Amino acid sequence: MAPSESDASVAQPGELAPGLAGVAADWGSDQRTFKNVPWGKAMMWIFLLSDTFIFSSFLIGYLTVRNSTKVPWPHASEVFALSFGGDPIPLILIAIMTFILITSSGTMVLAVNYGYRKDKNKTALLLIITALFGASFVGMQAFEWTKLIVEEGVRPWGNPMGAAQFGSVFFMITGFHGFHVSVGVLFLVLVARKVWRGDYDTEKRGFFTSRKGSYEIVETMGLYWHFVDLVWVFIFAFFYLW
Amino acid sequence: MSEGLLDETQVIPPAELEEVDLYHAHSFWTKYVFSQDAKIIAIQYSGTAITIGLVGLVLSWLMRLQLGFPDTFSFIDADTYYQHVTMHGMIMVIYLLTALFLGGFGNYLIPLMVGARDMVFPYMNMLSYWVYLLAVLILTASFFVPGGPTGAGWTLYPPQAILEGTPGVEWGIILMLVSLVVFIIGFTMGGLNYVVTVLQSRSRGMTLMRMPLTVWGIFTATILALLAFPALFVAGVMMLLDRLIGTSFFMPEIIQGGELLSTTNGSPLLFQHLFWFFGHPEVYIVALPAFGVVSDIISVHARKNIFGYRMMVWAIVAIGGLSFVVWAHHMYVSGMNPYFGFFFATTTLIIAVPTALKMYNWVLTLWKGNIQLTIPMLFCVAFILTFLNGGITGLFLGNVAVDIPLSDTLFVVAHFHMVMGIAPVLVIFAAVYHWFPKMSGRMLNEGWGQFHFWITFIGSYLIYFPMHYLGFVGVPRRYFEIGETSFIPPSATTLNEFITIVVLIVGVAQIVFIINIIASIWTGKPAGDNPWNATTLEWQTATTPPGHGNFGDELPVTYRWAYAYSVPGVEDDFVPQNLAPGDVKRSDGGQ
Repeated sequence: MAPSESDASVAQPGELAPGLAGVAADWGSDQRTFKNVPWGKAMMWIFLLSDTFIFSSFLIGYLTVRNSTKVPWPHASEVFALSFGGDPIPLILIAIMTFILITSSGTMVLAVNYGYRKDKNKTALLLIITALFGASFVGMQAFEWTKLIVEEGVRPWGNPMGAAQFGSVFFMITGFHGFHVSVGVLFLVLVARKVWRGDYDTEKRGFFTSRKGSYEIVETMGLYWHFVDLVWVFIFAFFYLW
Repeated sequence: MSEGLLDETQVIPPAELEEVDLYHAHSFWTKYVFSQDAKIIAIQYSGTAITIGLVGLVLSWLMRLQLGFPDTFSFIDADTYYQHVTMHGMIMVIYLLTALFLGGFGNYLIPLMVGARDMVFPYMNMLSYWVYLLAVLILTASFFVPGGPTGAGWTLYPPQAILEGTPGVEWGIILMLVSLVVFIIGFTMGGLNYVVTVLQSRSRGMTLMRMPLTVWGIFTATILALLAFPALFVAGVMMLLDRLIGTSFFMPEIIQGGELLSTTNGSPLLFQHLFWFFGHPEVYIVALPAFGVVSDIISVHARKNIFGYRMMVWAIVAIGGLSFVVWAHHMYVSGMNPYFGFFFATTTLIIAVPTALKMYNWVLTLWKGNIQLTIPMLFCVAFILTFLNGGITGLFLGNVAVDIPLSDTLFVVAHFHMVMGIAPVLVIFAAVYHWFPKMSGRMLNEGWGQFHFWITFIGSYLIYFPMHYLGFVGVPRRYFEIGETSFIPPSATTLNEFITIVVLIVGVAQIVFIINIIASIWTGKPAGDNPWNATTLEWQTATTPPGHGNFGDELPVTYRWAYAYSVPGVEDDFVPQNLAPGDVKRSDGGQ
């Protein structure tokens, strides 16, 4: 090792010590552990961690009952197939829903970008587009549920295709995810309205919290939205593809 | 030499955060009822938790009356007995201990101890309390619905919890599960607040490694709760679906009364895993704040720094991490793979290492300390003894070969009441006697405190010590009555009567504590700002009780750790965390 490099590893006054001690001192430094991370964003990250445990528990529950049942598990690709005149196309609706949700993550990223530039018109527009994508996802989910319940006779407690838990898990997990998307749509619209009115430029106080708002909320909202997308990818992989 | 014990810094970095924009309440309603001030929320949380805790206490009397004097009381039959057992367990673990340590002490102490004006999201903090209150009301409602509260046992194991024949299957179990789900939602709102406040809103100079151990304990416990409650949430939702719309997540094929039920192919074991994935961290959700509080109180009242502060912090973190990989030691009798039993027994024994380390450090903190036998100190010493006792029986039960014969006996009941019933409650008493002067500006009555302490401490030993022996001879837990059983000697019945009498006496003695609190609010000796000569920031507020925003005009600056007691070369036997190094009076006359 060249001498100049070994010199660099010695801590200068005001700098962090090398190795673990430096890491600990950095994390434990006064006032804030995560520098320049606003409170709302830190809170959202921790909430999402907690929510990850909820969805993980749901998925582990699903895998367990799929394992415990003695009745064959229905083939998702056949159950979730749609035909447009010709042969049924497996998972076509789910594929479109997935495409829409992932696209909405793209528009959300753009909204965050314009939010930080304080471009209120573009931010609000992109938030509304994201919300519309989300709403159409929920709409298609409602269509999927209706088709399954009315035409296929799937119920939470049983279905004609096979294991009773198939319906239970399907309605519970997609329902809980759909609830997350719906809450997201609601808040996207509320934030879009505030951005549009210029509340974050004038630092108008919130109706409930009486705190001053800022464009950071767009990023916090974005974290939630991407999380809901990511969860969908796992539901898609574990429930529909398997 | 004194520099090391003071752990001082001269230069404090400038403030990174703007002054927070506090909500200023104007009316009585927004000041004291729908308050966004963490201190008021803390008192609301504590009041509600203690109230429902008293219900849990009365339920334990009813339970003990049946066990001590079977066939005597016409108002207790098998169904009501099981309902008392179930509600007692759930109320004490979740609605009293969790809510009081995190919602009560967490709300009061975190902002004050880290030098913040308030929690980071006061509005959400307020919602947290009201959602908690809603959960308590839903739970209480189950006493008044047809069929009464659930009698499924506090673990609510399916399938019996939701089958015909279990008391409270009509409404009780539904309300219990809904209440748990609502509680978790409310707790999450509060828990996010506590974690973000500790991470992102400390005062200048308050590094993580200068935080009092109380904050470390509550902080780690809150993270555990945020990661463990989801499993209970999911289990609750699934069981509600099983009960309400006939899914079979937890329900296998069941023949009841000769008839095949409609449930099919579910996994009852799944519930046990989800429940204990929550249930074991829950033990530490209650224990870690207690560990933290004890560390701080014995340091203050022994006028000595805590022994091995860094070790104590890492022990809390290690216990927190390990608590997620021990859960199936509650399920040795469930018929799981013996290799799993081996794994979980090993992790269970490993978790005893950091816990034992904390034990040693408490004892070494007391060693050669200038011990003041104040009421908080008495309760803390009692905690150390009780926790040691419960911890050692825990080592027995953690071993598969020992656990299987002892499983479902009163030995288990004695073990967990020692370790997570009596021990944390002793700490709650210690904490109330210690911080009441800050909350009210007045001291609690010392004489009544002594009376309360001795009755509670000796009483709980008289209750739980004999219970271990009852467990050894094989008296099962949860049984409504033992009757004539060949292997249980008649002396067990006598011992049961004795325990019941002590339970009644200890229970009634708690009235002294409640009266002491209520009376001392008006008649207690004025406490001043810092009656215990403590170093931590909550004792350095401008007014007592602290006003809105906690610290007056200027936020405190932290120059040193929380344990600068009896530092050699310094005149006073304590140096507050926020006293500038230049203002410390050196006894050698120099600066």
